Amino acid sequence: MNELMQTSIFAGATISLLAYMFGAWLKKKFHSGLFNPLLISIAVTIVILLAAHVDYDTYNLGAKYISWFLTPATVCLAIPLYEQLTLLKKNLAAVAAGIVSGVLTSLVTVLLLALLFGLNQQEFVTFLPKSITTAIGMSVSEELGGYVNITVLVIVVTGVLGNILAEPVLKLFRIQEPIAKGLALGSSAHAIGTAKAMELGEIEGAMSSLSIAVAGILTVFGASVFSWIYSVL
Amino acid sequence: MNYLKQFSIILSISFIGEILKAVLPLPVPASIYGMAILFACLVTGIIRLEAVRDAGKFLIETMPVMFIPAGVGLMASWNVLQPMLVPVAVITVVVLVAVMAVSGRVSQAIIRHGKDKNNE
Repeated sequence: MNELMQTSIFAGATISLLAYMFGAWLKKKFHSGLFNPLLISIAVTIVILLAAHVDYDTYNLGAKYISWFLTPATVCLAIPLYEQLTLLKKNLAAVAAGIVSGVLTSLVTVLLLALLFGLNQQEFVTFLPKSITTAIGMSVSEELGGYVNITVLVIVVTGVLGNILAEPVLKLFRIQEPIAKGLALGSSAHAIGTAKAMELGEIEGAMSSLSIAVAGILTVFGASVFSWIYSVL
Repeated sequence: MNYLKQFSIILSISFIGEILKAVLPLPVPASIYGMAILFACLVTGIIRLEAVRDAGKFLIETMPVMFIPAGVGLMASWNVLQPMLVPVAVITVVVLVAVMAVSGRVSQAIIRHGKDKNNE
């Protein structure tokens, strides 16, 4: 099996795509935020590779062509941000305050918990971009020397949990304004949280989707500052 | 042809992002430079929205698939992840709830403050 995979440039990508379609099918069938197609496809692909005794590097010979699209796709996040520009300008104070406070809370709580657990520098920077969208978070983790695979896992699980816990948490903290709900979901649970925000309403969805890019960019700069702070602590 | 043109624009911007990353001494990923350039071009009208919209929407919609190889990489870093499982679980949940609560409360306070002022 390993030999066949080594000579094929399509095997890795094909397994990944089919596993994703399976995840999307499960999500549609059960209508639950728990069935995240990305998490399912990662798990299914790992199981297939382990069962077929194929190692990661062999799989990645073909699968790396999927990752190739990531930079251009991330560049395109400018498009939804541009489409929400009027909404952003109209609510500038609330948007700025909501996202800046969200980004700072994320960086500070990660720092405090990292100190509590006694994490080393590499482990700490792995968690720094955990609240932002996977595309930007992956690059931040890579840039700062974190474990990129673990960053991806933490980011995606954050999104899935954010999607599931959104309503109880918003209720518990009595967050009722649609704009505030959208900003809270977008800055805590990025794109997967935004899917929930869109279910809550149009304003919630728009606010959440504009938070993805803004929180991502702020975190790029904030994370490098916090990485430095942790290294001198 | 239309898609080809749109992809050309998006790839050119990604390439400029890579050049900036190589030239500038900041810890900023190439994709973020590219995103800032595309945003600036859209705002100033140098690039019209229609010139990148369809290809852009396609790339954004299919983005989750692009993370699969990185996620599958967990099978190679299981020995790193295993001792970290407790911090991973705690940090994931605690930070999520903290960010949601703070971001929501802060923006809500500002919105309501603005409303009160308008009512005066």
